[in-house]
Amino acid sequence: MLLKRKEFLKISSLATASVFMPKFLKAFETKNIVPPGNRVLVVLQMSGGNDGLNTVIPVRNDIYYGARPRLGITKDQALLLTDEVGINPALPAFKELFDSGSLGIMNGVGYPNPDRSHFRSMDIWQTASDSNRFVYTGWLGRYLDAQCDGCGKPTQALEVDDVLSLALKGENNKGIAVKDPKRLYNTSNEKFFKEINAAHRQEDEVVDYLYKIMSETLSSADYIFQQSRLHQSSLIYPATELGRNLKTIASLIMSDINTKVYYVSLGSFDTHVNQENQQKRLFTEMNDAVSVFVKDLKNNNRFQDVVIMTFSEFGRRVAQNASGGTDHGTANNMFLISGGLRQKGLLNAMPDLADLDEGDLKYSVDFKSVYATILRQWLDAEDVSILGKKYDYLNFI
Amino acid sequence: MPASGNQLKNQHLLWRAAFGPMPQNVNELADISQKDLYGVLVKKSSRNPEEFNVASNLFDGFIKGVQDITMLQKLTQDQRKMLRQQSVNDLKNLNLAWLNEMINTDAQLREKMSLFWHGHFACRVINIYFHQQLLNIIRENALGNFGDLLREVSKSAAMLSFLNNQQNRKQHPNENFAREVMELFTMGRGNYTEEDVKEGARAFTGWGFNIHGDFVKRPFAHDNGIKTFLGRTGNFDGDDIINILLAQEQTARFITQKIYKYFVNDTIDNEKLNWLSKRFYQNNYDIQKLMADIFLNDWFYQQKNMGTHIKSPVELLVGIRRFIPMELDKPEVQLLFQRALGQILFYPPNVAGWPGGRNWIDSSSLMLRLRIPQILANADEFVIRPKDDDDTMMGMEGVERMERPGQVNSTVNWDEVIKAFGETPWENLQLHISNVLLQTESKVDPAIPDKYADKQSKENYIKTTIVELMSTPEYQLC
Repeated sequence: MLLKRKEFLKISSLATASVFMPKFLKAFETKNIVPPGNRVLVVLQMSGGNDGLNTVIPVRNDIYYGARPRLGITKDQALLLTDEVGINPALPAFKELFDSGSLGIMNGVGYPNPDRSHFRSMDIWQTASDSNRFVYTGWLGRYLDAQCDGCGKPTQALEVDDVLSLALKGENNKGIAVKDPKRLYNTSNEKFFKEINAAHRQEDEVVDYLYKIMSETLSSADYIFQQSRLHQSSLIYPATELGRNLKTIASLIMSDINTKVYYVSLGSFDTHVNQENQQKRLFTEMNDAVSVFVKDLKNNNRFQDVVIMTFSEFGRRVAQNASGGTDHGTANNMFLISGGLRQKGLLNAMPDLADLDEGDLKYSVDFKSVYATILRQWLDAEDVSILGKKYDYLNFI
Repeated sequence: MPASGNQLKNQHLLWRAAFGPMPQNVNELADISQKDLYGVLVKKSSRNPEEFNVASNLFDGFIKGVQDITMLQKLTQDQRKMLRQQSVNDLKNLNLAWLNEMINTDAQLREKMSLFWHGHFACRVINIYFHQQLLNIIRENALGNFGDLLREVSKSAAMLSFLNNQQNRKQHPNENFAREVMELFTMGRGNYTEEDVKEGARAFTGWGFNIHGDFVKRPFAHDNGIKTFLGRTGNFDGDDIINILLAQEQTARFITQKIYKYFVNDTIDNEKLNWLSKRFYQNNYDIQKLMADIFLNDWFYQQKNMGTHIKSPVELLVGIRRFIPMELDKPEVQLLFQRALGQILFYPPNVAGWPGGRNWIDSSSLMLRLRIPQILANADEFVIRPKDDDDTMMGMEGVERMERPGQVNSTVNWDEVIKAFGETPWENLQLHISNVLLQTESKVDPAIPDKYADKQSKENYIKTTIVELMSTPEYQLC
């Protein structure tokens, strides 16, 4: 090919994007900036369907060991939380959090008529829809819609990833996916884009919509990058993907950025075969990264302002399969980690293994109740309009 | 070169009824009428499509060698895993083969309609055989009769499997299939009761398929009792249910409305919709007549309908490649684009298909869209890593994940492009190119692309201007 990158794209000087904002958007530029010290939610998505029963283990339950002669984690191996319950041995930092009152474990979380397909069940969790409805907006996207109408910078919700999840897509507002603030800054900071953006005059609805998104992206890329450089952590994060991602999140939480929600994924927990090694590897990555992250927050006196919530699209079947793994199941547990929990430890009863639905756990808590609690009690948002229904609040925050 | 209204209308037709103009078309579009151009599109799509067959020898041989479904259960874990992986790989080949067809075929109208039906009859199964069969059904009937299309799709192994009708038995009815046939394929939500779903499901009991993907009725699983469905009573089977659904005018309206939104405008004009759907119903669901009612009507070419449709990722990709002919060293990179932009062929997000419109656009997808022309033209690196897909990966690292392609290597053949614009005097070039590439009323300020274009030669100026204008928000629309 004849075109050379530099012939077409000339990397710009460090001029800030706001200079190039189209006039009709400029008015929104500084609205709704959230002051530091505000509460933040970090969602950690465990993609692939994490096996909850080998995460929080009923160490005195014969049904559990009967269903998992090979995969069951013995009482000796597990890190004991109580006489009855242990946690996976690859999660020692979570045991510490439990012991120090910074971890809540919600058992039996699910929804009616569970779907065992990854993509469908993930959609249900991300959109917070009933399992027979198809919704094109995510629960955090609708939170943005409710909070952020007219915000110039859609940085209230950030996903540390290259691609934005449905969870963060609202009707009118969408979060921003940023894997690496510097890279986003570089790719957005091209003069050509900035100039066509600045030259655009309001025309018709759809073109304007695209320019609005472009404009927001260019200015957010600048903003996120500048903010991410304000705080450099003195701690060393693990050299894993989650380690890097949580480090990015920590640097932003410690800055003045207006972000209320961070979203990050880890996977794949789809352990049909050879579960033990795969879950151990992922748990180790999660354990080590979360451990430093919490320390970082504590050092900066922000741990009481942050809730980390984990979830997976489903749990796995109670019985092991023939290949050293487990197949897709239903209800699962969630971790809630914060220095500001109202209720800690085991938040409710362990799942009843004697009362199964064709080999799968029955749910006891609708995940939308967890969302409702977080929206209302933590983010001060209108949970009913965001979730479309009133769900009972829980007491963990 | 002043913008010719006629040229713009013809380009509008080519973007909506096809995948956009090729450089060869540029100088033909000024004079031909829309009626004649549409006539050409119809004619080129009239013969039967060649069927895709990309299933590998391994899969092919296996399926042909297996006599009944019980043999599947005798497979070892490793054999199953291998077959599944092979199927996933073959599915990628089917994706690329179809994409190539969209780019290169003359039968543009048929493939465009097929892409619409592919979203309407959304289906996610791993079995390459089933998918291939469903795609072939769709392509054969894309411009035919909707009733035939609906019947064949409803009897395809892919759909019966995806919507769990294999599990729909007299003793244990499974309502999934009946519900989606009504909610998504024919009438739409709110036009029937839950009781109708239950009764419809009873009628579909026993519909299934064998391992070769052939439709089978299993009499022992069928409920022979009397059912009441949409006010009619009888010992209905699945065919009766489909006929009753087709007899509802609401079905014609639901399909017409979806087609209107896809091909004309997201904002419905009720008067037009009523007229179209009434005729669709009277014409016994003749799809080609419905499309002619749209594309041969003056209102289709009104300004409010032009340049307002956000191209789907596939439309964008195919449109670029039709205008800039190129060979890609690693064609698989197109799968990564599809994934990162939110539309992977054969992997719709759910049974309702791709929502489309503004749902395509967020900060990351828009910025990638703006960079794709440069990436394809070797001017930029591709460093995005889309999310993994547990449905195809089964938790196995690296099965589906492609290494980052980094630099995408392509060999672009600019000959036709240069020929198309070669006669245009330099000072008119940018306007000419802009008029060909952009359908929006809003245009990019000409001074900016001009500033960044390579002015060392006229050829370079043409090439760089095309890539630049494709890298704009305006080019996302058609």
